[in-house]
Amino acid sequence: MDILRIATAGSVDDGKSTLIGRLLYETNSITKDKIEALESASKRKGLNFLDLSLLTDGLIAEREQGITIDVANIYFSTPTRKYIIADTPGHIEYTRNMVTGASNAKVSLILVDARQGIVEQTARHLSIASLLRIPKVIICVNKMDLVQYEESKFNEIQHKLSELVSKTTFQGQTVSYLPISSLFGQNITKKAVDMPWFNGNTLLGELETFEFAETLAQAPARFPVQFVVRPMTEAYHDYRGYAGKISSGTFKVGDEIRVLPTGQTSTIATIEKFENSLEQAIAGESIVMTLSNDIDISRGNSIVLASETKVPSLKDFSAHVCWLDHQALSPGKTYLLQHGIHVTKAKIIQITERLDVSQQTSETEVGQLNLNEIGKISLRAAQAISADKYAENPSNGSFILIDEFSNSTVGVGFVD
Amino acid sequence: MSTKMSAIHDKIGQFPRELEDESIYIMREVAAQFERPALLFSGGKDSITLVRLAQKAFFPGKIPFPLVHIDTGHNFPETIEFRDWLAKETGAELIVRYVQDSIDQGKAKEESGKYASRNVLQTVTLLDTIEEFKFDACIGGARRDEEKARAKERIFSVRDDFGQWDAKRQRPELFDMLNGRISVGENVRVFPISNWTELDVWNYIKEEKMEIPSIYFAHQRQVIQRDGMLWADSDHLNKEADEIPFETTVRFRTVGDMTCTAAVSSHAVDIDVIIEEILSAEISERGARIDDKRSEAAMEKRKQQGYF
Repeated sequence: MDILRIATAGSVDDGKSTLIGRLLYETNSITKDKIEALESASKRKGLNFLDLSLLTDGLIAEREQGITIDVANIYFSTPTRKYIIADTPGHIEYTRNMVTGASNAKVSLILVDARQGIVEQTARHLSIASLLRIPKVIICVNKMDLVQYEESKFNEIQHKLSELVSKTTFQGQTVSYLPISSLFGQNITKKAVDMPWFNGNTLLGELETFEFAETLAQAPARFPVQFVVRPMTEAYHDYRGYAGKISSGTFKVGDEIRVLPTGQTSTIATIEKFENSLEQAIAGESIVMTLSNDIDISRGNSIVLASETKVPSLKDFSAHVCWLDHQALSPGKTYLLQHGIHVTKAKIIQITERLDVSQQTSETEVGQLNLNEIGKISLRAAQAISADKYAENPSNGSFILIDEFSNSTVGVGFVD
Repeated sequence: MSTKMSAIHDKIGQFPRELEDESIYIMREVAAQFERPALLFSGGKDSITLVRLAQKAFFPGKIPFPLVHIDTGHNFPETIEFRDWLAKETGAELIVRYVQDSIDQGKAKEESGKYASRNVLQTVTLLDTIEEFKFDACIGGARRDEEKARAKERIFSVRDDFGQWDAKRQRPELFDMLNGRISVGENVRVFPISNWTELDVWNYIKEEKMEIPSIYFAHQRQVIQRDGMLWADSDHLNKEADEIPFETTVRFRTVGDMTCTAAVSSHAVDIDVIIEEILSAEISERGARIDDKRSEAAMEKRKQQGYF
């Protein structure tokens, strides 16, 4: 059984919470006591229907303001898949949450209000989905009930959307458009009886049939060493195992490997998962690797295949960043840069561009980058990092920036 | 077979292995990033799962941090027995601290009335224990699917000097990069099984053939009926005159204190039947937690005060 991670985004009132509530409700993911709680809460609000949005609007502050303020994770499963939805707020000031929620997603679910059509947020979401190289985007034109389920209305919005999509999309990304009504459960898990003109999939159908081909296993092999296992017991006297999670590609017993940044080479002797020995392991697996000879490897080193002629090693490089902190990013500042598990200092040399993601434009004279802004920077790392270009190997191409004094995670970067 | 039942059977025994890889990765980050981590052990199935994951993460080495149990004195005896067995089995160090000591020292006050429980009091003992051992990271078995306030919890959740959780101050977690840097006095609560659901935990226990305390399986027990739920009878429960204990066949779906965990009527004697029960259950897991029923925002309030 695989896991499909979805990021949802939308503007304040386009019914995102209701859509998620509806998905949970129709996949039998809500227990009886929760439905009862929902019934009484809906009644208290004076509603004569189930307010499914109450299922996901969690925190006290949110209930008071009637908005969603942080990333919430929601789980459901079908016999086919386990789903994790990162529900992220759509307010302009919460771009950071949107990027956070989308960072692990394979699907971006974007909502558009059928009465309003494209808004500034729509373009923002599409840009972020592309910046993060999310392979599938599903755009739901919601509240079709409020435009009398008219086909022409949907076609008009779809036409405008596809123009916008053509500006943001990248090769390998698929985008689909669905007319839905979350409130009345039209086209969520069941075909819309009120929209017989629509021949496409339901939303759940789109999710169930999406194949995210295991491109990760074919990507260049990268194994960051997290922890050195040295039991020093009698039974394992000279044992030295390198523990970590393979970030991309495939490693096999017998492979010649190279350690970065030291450049030492060796051969994989065993690949272990607890008490089992494996012949090979692929991206995403947490393993312990032992090597045929004793070389000096410590946490933060990266293991790659020795056959690779061009090893990733970056000291001076440029990257796109999304700024996550109230204190602005400015040139000359030093931060801690964390690439995977490897931490080093890094200095911001220059901010070369600021992107206006909703207008698809950019400006070049940039003094600083504020909270929720996305830009392009050049930086210098104290120690070389073994990162790939994000567009070529996303799982080894991102990093975070940490403020040395507050210890907060203040930015996320994507290597250009 | 009905459609619902066949849908249920399709899901049984399918544990997404990706979840285990992710949790082991988190365990290793804790060991690498912190100086004095600890695993908070309650004796429940979630913390038993954590112990299993820690065992796997560092094999063939031993678990490099202690198991810490905050004993309320109201635990099920079966839980305590199991705890001691597991510590011995894995060779992990076990540290136990008692809520009774906090009460005796005047730091915590026993609740009164028929709903009296020590569930809230354990926060005091927990914070004292963290201070005593200078723990900088405490691993817990909370899952995001349990409750609404939990859905927003980070994997590395930073707490201040008072153990308090501030929803607005939480660090963004991007991709799988975990930032465990803290200032003096702060500590981090770590939740390696954040992305697991109750069903995932049970399927894992099944696939891994793990031992769990006997009270998870159907057994005969003296209970009373209160507020539509079955409460285990014990010396710790303040009963009213008309609350007469009777014997019936029950099991526990979650294991907390005897005073705040309700039993469910069940004949599930093995794990397959438990999984079927969960899939067709009419009541959610935390619905059997009496402490959450106190108010809709109960969990969030407890978390702000430093509850696990």
